[in-house]
Amino acid sequence: MKTDIILCGVGGQGILSIATVIGEAATKAGLQLKQAEVHGMSQRGGDVQSHLRLSTDTIWSDLIPSGGADLIISMEPMEALRYLPWLSPSGRIVTASAPLVNIPDYPDIDAIKGELEGLGCATLVDIDALAREAGAPRSSNMALLGAAASRLGIIDPQALLDAIKTVFSSKGEAIVESNIKAFELGCKHHV
Amino acid sequence: MKKLLLGDEAIAQGAIDAGLSGVYSYPGTPSTEITEYIQKHAPQIRSRWCTNEKTAMEAALGMSYAGKRALVCMKHVGMNVCADAFINSAITGVQGGLVVLAADDPSMHSSQNEQDSRFYAEFAMVPAFEPSNQQEAYEMVSEAFEWSERFRLPVLMRVVTRMAHSRAAVQTGAPRTQNALSPASGKNWVLLPGIARRQYASLIQKQEDIRAAVSGSTGIEWTGEGELGIVACGIGYNYVKEALQTSAAAVRGILKVNRYPVSVEAVKELSQKCSRILVVEDGQPVVERTLPAMTAIKVEGRLTGALPRTGELSPDCVALALGAAAPATLPPARHLAARPPQLCPGCGHRDVYKALGEVAAGYPDARIFGDIGCYTLGALPPFSALASCVDMGASITMAKGAADAGVFPAIAVIGDSTFTHSGMTGLLDAVNDHANITIVISDNLTTAMTGGQDSAGTSKFEAICLGLGVEPEHLHVVVPLPANMAEITRIIREEIEYKGVSVIIPRRECMQTLKRHSKK
Repeated sequence: MKTDIILCGVGGQGILSIATVIGEAATKAGLQLKQAEVHGMSQRGGDVQSHLRLSTDTIWSDLIPSGGADLIISMEPMEALRYLPWLSPSGRIVTASAPLVNIPDYPDIDAIKGELEGLGCATLVDIDALAREAGAPRSSNMALLGAAASRLGIIDPQALLDAIKTVFSSKGEAIVESNIKAFELGCKHHV
Repeated sequence: MKKLLLGDEAIAQGAIDAGLSGVYSYPGTPSTEITEYIQKHAPQIRSRWCTNEKTAMEAALGMSYAGKRALVCMKHVGMNVCADAFINSAITGVQGGLVVLAADDPSMHSSQNEQDSRFYAEFAMVPAFEPSNQQEAYEMVSEAFEWSERFRLPVLMRVVTRMAHSRAAVQTGAPRTQNALSPASGKNWVLLPGIARRQYASLIQKQEDIRAAVSGSTGIEWTGEGELGIVACGIGYNYVKEALQTSAAAVRGILKVNRYPVSVEAVKELSQKCSRILVVEDGQPVVERTLPAMTAIKVEGRLTGALPRTGELSPDCVALALGAAAPATLPPARHLAARPPQLCPGCGHRDVYKALGEVAAGYPDARIFGDIGCYTLGALPPFSALASCVDMGASITMAKGAADAGVFPAIAVIGDSTFTHSGMTGLLDAVNDHANITIVISDNLTTAMTGGQDSAGTSKFEAICLGLGVEPEHLHVVVPLPANMAEITRIIREEIEYKGVSVIIPRRECMQTLKRHSKK
């Protein structure tokens, strides 16, 4: 059994924290894991992605083959579209709905949302609203992870919740609590 | 103990556990995290950032001379900077184990070329290791130190971006203790021609032992009944295994290469049972070029078009080369725009380029020569300011050459860390020759592009410039802020009009390190 995930967004949005939580949960669960990250120049406001592969068996390639991803988790709607060629025809997309516009030729956001909805496999989530509801605007990435949790297949949501506690424990009880709240609100959101 | 580590971190942990005494490095993607990890997790190891890769390589050689184990880390182009020391360290030989880690960047994710460091190992005639996964990376560092001490030669360890920046679980072993101090004796390290000739002959003699050691640790994985043989180097092996999970390619056997020079015996053995060989290697066709001298059967790879000539390998291109059908995929999106990296909001480099743009607008022939760092992004819109970006330090020297040829105004933009890395010598040339250039040292008090490492020259730039002979009245420090735009543009204009070397230092802390410092 395997789950191949593309995590994506814009440099600085915190996709690596999502990867860290999934990685912690996967390691606890005794799964194999490979996670290819982007460091360097792109982290300055450019597009960033991480190939996260989880499996009960040996994982060879660090990168997911085209058409092989079971899930795209994106912090930004246009960035979700960038990785369509990697998505399996039976794959799912869970993406933040709010655009991050830092380029002059950003496409029409309604056209982006229309294209995502037209795919029939995408869930758009207002993660900023969920994070505000959780009382911690910076926990929007955990809200997104919550919304995607039921789609991860190979890891159950409770394991992710435990991983959030472990990963954020060094930052204090308040941060742990708000991230858990955001995650739970995200879980409830999924359709 | 099992840890989830980046390839870079696995190498770092491997070095710590191999009894390392010192790591010498200049930051460069994708190698930076190795030294950062050692700094964080092993404070007992000497690990301060060096001014450039050459000083790093030489300091490591000195530590090796003293009998202790040393590691040098850099990105691939750093090998060009330290090549003199590296090549000659094979002639002197080593005392304590010396491992040189070069992180190559095929596809140029964060680099200006995709040169392959394995050429350097061949050039210097030293063994090279290339791990295929994080566990192997961890274990191979220790082995590299053993080989280094056994053959009395530096060992090159080569990784690529996907290895450096990919995370997986690593089982760590028992740490070794550091070597005791035992400096080399005798004259072998004094490379006067007479001694160098003897040392070079000894290096040639070692080659047979190295080949035997590689052959002894190489085996062929027989996989089936086909007539295709595969030579898979480093992480190329993973893409082959990935493809063979679903493809029915008629592969007879796989020769996994993670030590160089490639075992001639193993290639011959594979050739005997195959009618052709596919070489799967990330980077340049280093092995593919050398294979025809070892076998008479057909060799395919990047040179023959079986695999793309440029760019990093992918599971897709390797599967295709193995005859797999293209996978079913969704078409690319319709509403998609490129999102290149850009200077951070509030970054001082932005104010520098705004000022330069304003002034340059009054000089239609102005050329701004750029350098390597975040500020290279000034080449992109909205600034589109740069005429060149070539190698560390080239802004100053290229501006000088262009000014010598008659370009006016010739302006150089260089960062603080790049200036101390390789800009100071060029500035001395410019001063000595009274070059008519204006140099902007955009000082953000850190090595920013690679994540905010210490910059070697912080707080010393005025003294360095004056010491090299820049006239005090043509050395200015400004604070790059929108409020100071009138003052900055006036100074730039005046210094362009001065017929000689001027240095302007806009100084303001990097937004990224500022954020980090204000959190503390």
